[in-house]
Amino acid sequence: MTMKPARKLWKLPIGGRSLSLSDKKSWLGVLFVSPWFIGFVFLFAVPLVQSLLYSVNTLEVGLEGFDTTFAGLRFYDELFTEHATYTRLLVESLVDLAINIPSIVVFSLFAATLLNQKFRGRVLARAIFFLPVLLATNLITVEQSSDMAMVAQNVSGADGGGALKSTELEALLLQSGFGSGITSYITGSVNRIYEIISHSGVQILIFLAGLQSVSPALYEAAKIEGTTGYEAFWKITFPMVSPLILTNLVYTVIDSYNYNKLSVLISDTAFDALNFSLSAAMSWVYFAVTGIILLALVRLVSTKVFYYD
Amino acid sequence: MKETAMRSGRAAARLIRQKQPLNKLSSAAWVLLRAVLVTGLCFVILYPLFFKLSISFKARGDMLDPTVLWIPKHVTLDNFRFAASTLRYAETFTNSLVISLLTTVLQIVSCSLAAFGFARLKFKGSGVLFALAVFTIVVPSQTLMIPTYLNYRYFDPAGIIGWFGGGQGLNLLDSYWPFVLQAITGMGIKSGLIIFIFRQFFRGIPKELEEAAYIDGCGVFQTFWRIMLPNAIPAIITGFLFSFVWMWNDNYYAGLLLTKIKVLTTTLPMMWTATQFEDGLYGYMIKNTGELLFIAPIVILYMFVQRYFTESIERTGLVG
Repeated sequence: MTMKPARKLWKLPIGGRSLSLSDKKSWLGVLFVSPWFIGFVFLFAVPLVQSLLYSVNTLEVGLEGFDTTFAGLRFYDELFTEHATYTRLLVESLVDLAINIPSIVVFSLFAATLLNQKFRGRVLARAIFFLPVLLATNLITVEQSSDMAMVAQNVSGADGGGALKSTELEALLLQSGFGSGITSYITGSVNRIYEIISHSGVQILIFLAGLQSVSPALYEAAKIEGTTGYEAFWKITFPMVSPLILTNLVYTVIDSYNYNKLSVLISDTAFDALNFSLSAAMSWVYFAVTGIILLALVRLVSTKVFYYD
Repeated sequence: MKETAMRSGRAAARLIRQKQPLNKLSSAAWVLLRAVLVTGLCFVILYPLFFKLSISFKARGDMLDPTVLWIPKHVTLDNFRFAASTLRYAETFTNSLVISLLTTVLQIVSCSLAAFGFARLKFKGSGVLFALAVFTIVVPSQTLMIPTYLNYRYFDPAGIIGWFGGGQGLNLLDSYWPFVLQAITGMGIKSGLIIFIFRQFFRGIPKELEEAAYIDGCGVFQTFWRIMLPNAIPAIITGFLFSFVWMWNDNYYAGLLLTKIKVLTTTLPMMWTATQFEDGLYGYMIKNTGELLFIAPIVILYMFVQRYFTESIERTGLVG
């Protein structure tokens, strides 16, 4: 066995003794990462702890800076027992999330599979499909969907707006024996298609990158054995990209921070009502709930995921 | 008689086996369905853009004219003039552009440095630090909102400014400093994601390339600058586009940290509240024109880089 140079991190590169390449590299690694690390400590870790402290203290901002006095769990108590809208909005945003997650993940996998195939105009189609990633801002999207409903009414002659609604689909699904719950979910998703598309840009990107890393040899072998495209999707494509389903689930939850109603309430409580501590408590409850959801999702899905290597 | 029938039957069977008409039919059907789906979805995506574009050139009368659907009869630039003046477009556009470009460039620098460190210059605990870097995107930015605000209001990291008699620290609100500090320390919007993308990409670059550079006498910095970065251009373009767009669209940090400095994301909602009550229809037209002015720079930027962007996905190594 060859002697490995001992890693002595405490030994500073001073004093003329030349360091081995691997020692040097790990020191440089520290150097490369240090700007990020400074930011992590001062702009992330410290504020995170402070925010938790503010939520259990009364925070008063005056001309001379700010003061804190210990308040215990009073603000958390106020949130759930007295606050008029918080619990309702929290539940609503969680329900929205639960509704959106499956539609977004299924749609983005579908769109990625579609864009991964070879057809004329694929470059253009891809360029258009990623456009919503760029325009996904909470400033415009909400109004856009209502615009669309309004204009759809105008275009189709004002009888309930058939252009972008799915009444025929609903009748079709119901007649072919789907339950009313699943039918209303599917038609609801179809009606919110713009919202779903505009929130699934990054997810499409991730799935597409994953689809492209699946070796074509697998499909060739399957084709020789006589599999149809449909079977190949479920037996090859789906297992191969299944780790990315987990990634995309997590990303969808994280992405929802930007557009849910709760974030408006949290910042209004802080800067309109000037109740900083209550706002901090709100954000911590929200963080805790989403954290639990993320953990549960990861636990639940990671056992079902197939890892190739 | 029977023989010929059998023969022709056999011939037909052979023909079917050779030409596989059912397969052809189903694949043709799929091509058709795919074309319909792709066109339909593209239409849904582009619809709001076309809609805004059409409205913004219309005169007010055209909105009420039932014979005008998409192409305006009286083409006018008045909407743009009015929207630009209420948005103070020259000023807000410049501010938005400066902030977005500044943060993007700094963020790319800090994130690529950190990502290279995480990917290739392993040290004790670098794995844990990388996990923490990814963890930063899991925490909602609202949770950090109040400390972030107070932090920049009374800016005094580790009490350094207090030593020099700065009192309660500096007030960095209403300046570009918070954005610069966040970007340069890799704590900008979703920096964790950008670090992740870059790290994955750096890991995909063959080690031999790097080792050859070391043997040829390059230092680590030179290797990073002359070997790794040029090879990571697809990832950098992706990161640049994301980072720029997220900053351009951001109204969370802009609303939190800027009150006197006006950017597009903070003036746009104000314009709608100001114009909607006088003349609802005209306000609506102006709102759409303003939104078009807001997204136009991004769309133009995207037109230039989309070729690199969409083709780079294949090589971004986002996965694996």
